[in-house]
Amino acid sequence: MAQTSTTTSKRGERGTLGNSAIRPDGLAKVQGRFAFSSDAWADNMLWGATLRSPHPHARIISIDVSVALSINGVATVITAADVPGQLTYGLIANDQPVFAKDVVRFAGEPVAAVAADHPETARRALDAIVVVYEVLPALLDAEQAIDGSFAPIHPDGNVIRRQKVVRGDQDFVGEVVVEGTYEVGMQDQAFLGLEAALALPDDDGAGVELYVATQWLHEDQKQIAACLGLPLERVRLTLGGVGGAFGGREDISLQVHCCLLALATRRPIKMQYGREESFFGHIHRHPASMVMRHHADRDGTLRRVEVRAVFDGGAYASTSSAVLINAVTHMQGPYRCDIATVDGYAVRSNNPPCGAMRGFGVVQACFGHESQMDKLATACGLSPVDIRLKNAMHTGDRLITGQIVDSVAPVERCIRETAAIPMPAPLAQDADSLDIPGGSGLTAQRSNIRRGVGWGVSIKNLMYSEGFDDYATARCHLADGVATLQFATAEVGQGFVVLAQQIARSVLGVDTVLLEPISTAIGSAGSTSASRQTWMSGGAVDGACRLVRERLFEHVAAAHQLDPLRLAIDGTDIVDTRGSLRIAVAEAAPGLVLDETFEHHHRATEELDENGQGNCHVAFAFVAHRAVVDVDPDLGLVKVVQIATAQDVGRVLNPLAALGQVEGGIAQGLGLAVMEEIVLKDGVMRNPSFTDYLLPTALDAPIVVATMIEEPEPQAPLGAKGIGEPPCISVTPAIVAAIRDATGKALTRVPVRAQDIVFGD
Amino acid sequence: MSNEFYRLTVNGNEHEVRDAWAGESLMYVLRERLGLPGTKGACEQGECGSCTVLMDGEAICSCLVMAATAVDAQIVTVEGLSSDPTHTTPTDVQQAFIDAGGVQCGFCTPGLVVAVHHLLDRNPQPTELQIKEAISGNICRCTGYGRIFAAIELARDQRNTPPEEPAH
Repeated sequence: MAQTSTTTSKRGERGTLGNSAIRPDGLAKVQGRFAFSSDAWADNMLWGATLRSPHPHARIISIDVSVALSINGVATVITAADVPGQLTYGLIANDQPVFAKDVVRFAGEPVAAVAADHPETARRALDAIVVVYEVLPALLDAEQAIDGSFAPIHPDGNVIRRQKVVRGDQDFVGEVVVEGTYEVGMQDQAFLGLEAALALPDDDGAGVELYVATQWLHEDQKQIAACLGLPLERVRLTLGGVGGAFGGREDISLQVHCCLLALATRRPIKMQYGREESFFGHIHRHPASMVMRHHADRDGTLRRVEVRAVFDGGAYASTSSAVLINAVTHMQGPYRCDIATVDGYAVRSNNPPCGAMRGFGVVQACFGHESQMDKLATACGLSPVDIRLKNAMHTGDRLITGQIVDSVAPVERCIRETAAIPMPAPLAQDADSLDIPGGSGLTAQRSNIRRGVGWGVSIKNLMYSEGFDDYATARCHLADGVATLQFATAEVGQGFVVLAQQIARSVLGVDTVLLEPISTAIGSAGSTSASRQTWMSGGAVDGACRLVRERLFEHVAAAHQLDPLRLAIDGTDIVDTRGSLRIAVAEAAPGLVLDETFEHHHRATEELDENGQGNCHVAFAFVAHRAVVDVDPDLGLVKVVQIATAQDVGRVLNPLAALGQVEGGIAQGLGLAVMEEIVLKDGVMRNPSFTDYLLPTALDAPIVVATMIEEPEPQAPLGAKGIGEPPCISVTPAIVAAIRDATGKALTRVPVRAQDIVFGD
Repeated sequence: MSNEFYRLTVNGNEHEVRDAWAGESLMYVLRERLGLPGTKGACEQGECGSCTVLMDGEAICSCLVMAATAVDAQIVTVEGLSSDPTHTTPTDVQQAFIDAGGVQCGFCTPGLVVAVHHLLDRNPQPTELQIKEAISGNICRCTGYGRIFAAIELARDQRNTPPEEPAH
């Protein structure tokens, strides 16, 4: 892949920080020339494909690949017996087999892989592999994993993690007590660009080069190399164009299989999942159940939260333990609360594995705590806005973990500015059928439609937690006014590539910023997740550019007998702040080549103790959402009319990109509220397709009115907080609250289904 | 497989497709045999619109059409929308997607760009609802559609603004 060149920005702006600089990959993407990983291609390439278990729990009695191997065009068939290195992988625990060996633990688990000359030949070869299974009873109820009534389905046991958060007077009973039980369904990331990779074996067969769509190249490299039994340097990864991620590419999917096939055949291997296989091949958002009891004073002051939360992690651990601690440490929401009694479990089952998805544990917690805040409001005679304002967290308040929230915490301002956004016009008497619930099916009667309004507010941690040093690396090269940046930060659509260019233009006063391919040729950038890359990789690019600028100033100062501390960048010039020197950066140092690398680390965090106490998180961001919905209560049809939001972003670095994150996250939260769910029957997915797993379309998109709250975060290198996750978190409970407001129904699970509205309590 | 072949006319160029399995979709042949990977596939069921191309002027999902049945049709893909003979200058719609922030991961973008050309060529002044309906078969997972609506409205408004008179 070539370097990405770029011009500056539209409207004559220079494309520096704060401007809506144009993304360097935009032109190629609109013209169909951008190379996604599924577009990778090599001479003499074969197609890889994966055979998966149809059973959620079964013993493998035998695997016969002989017929498959005899098919013309089939180059190889591999199973667990062909894995030369570690047989398992995983992000936190190494518990997931490359291929199932003696037992399969979920419907969809890989059992074998083939390489063939055509995708259709590969499909036929999969059909010809004969696997004899002895079907076993499946552990499908998370409570059975906890109560010990089901024998361990994995050597690591059926409870992945239990974490309590215990704080304050455990006998406290509030003047007002409200209870509820809440459920969150299994959501899919449903990124558009399906899993795909191209593996190129080294000539000596002792190494491999992989072009892959992923969120964290170095973590993939580590896990792949271990399974291949190769040293790290013999497994080189380059980011293939990524068609969205949302957490779903944090775990290994086809990476190891693709490399194994390439090494076995000594030929390039392309693998790409279809949509159905994608549902089997990546982890999902954890389904969760939460029993909650909130205690408050009569005036609505929140005093104590009691929660028992169960997260079903499915067959393998993935990031379940981290998802769980995010959930249990955010259970009080963005509110002051001194007393907590939280008991959380992440369990193993024979359901599909679950792990990271945008919001990472906080989405589930937020649906619970926001539903409870509305109950408290009703019980105390307050409005949804007033109860939230009354309890809003401020900088200096503590989480239920005892950690002081020293981030900027403009919760109150988020709520007030959201409330200040004008309400949408009432539904017109002659509204077009496309604008009413149910759409052009013409099933809803205009006269039957009721409007409702609901609120949600959330807190989200930024970066990795519990002692993890998820640092980021970047390199800056400057010669004759042209900067070149290198980093391993996965660009998954969020726009880090344009942000990196904006940083270099601002710090160095250059216009042309080239980008090296994103690969393991430089140090780790950490994962594109946890709303962390603007802060972490942004900090690394900023640091590398500042080191280069320092050396450039030293050079220019020496040439003009000045103190380098007097120099500054003004536009595209270097200026003497106390004298008359003004010289263009491009002409300041002919022939001088500067090259610096910088690692950005966030401050250290701690593990939680057995009572869930400790400074486990780095920083926090906040957001408020107000939803307006139209509902046909007889048919259970919902149309989300408007989402008003004010989000704590620290500082807006690229207005268009920031708005795009906010609107996109809201659509995903809307999906979880009213349409998106992987439906399981006896552990088997019933809807692994876009025909049956419903996603928001253009006609489902609400009007979004967004206010960005800019209070620069002192800890953040650029003053900017991550903005990726907050938009999708509290919008879900806001929409459900609005449906409750319109219908009077309890609606204790998401997604809300038509039958919940029509037949629910 | 045999030595038989069929011809497809894509972006004004005639291509011979040789040694192909007859069951291959138009999307597969465009991407894997004709070197036109701009057309994307994301669902194989005509639900997501990523594979939208124009076939005799109609927007269709190329994953649902067998390539061998498209022999007599004029096919236009995202790579062939530009009127510039080298197809390098972006079209008004493509430029509007860039300017309005309608591109994030970009996987849905080619299909959307084709669908929007189809819309604006038939209806140069679509209303907001007509725009939403026209692209309701194109799923975008990143943007929530807000900046895509803005891009389409920008392209529409630019088409309907007469060019400024040159100064005399």
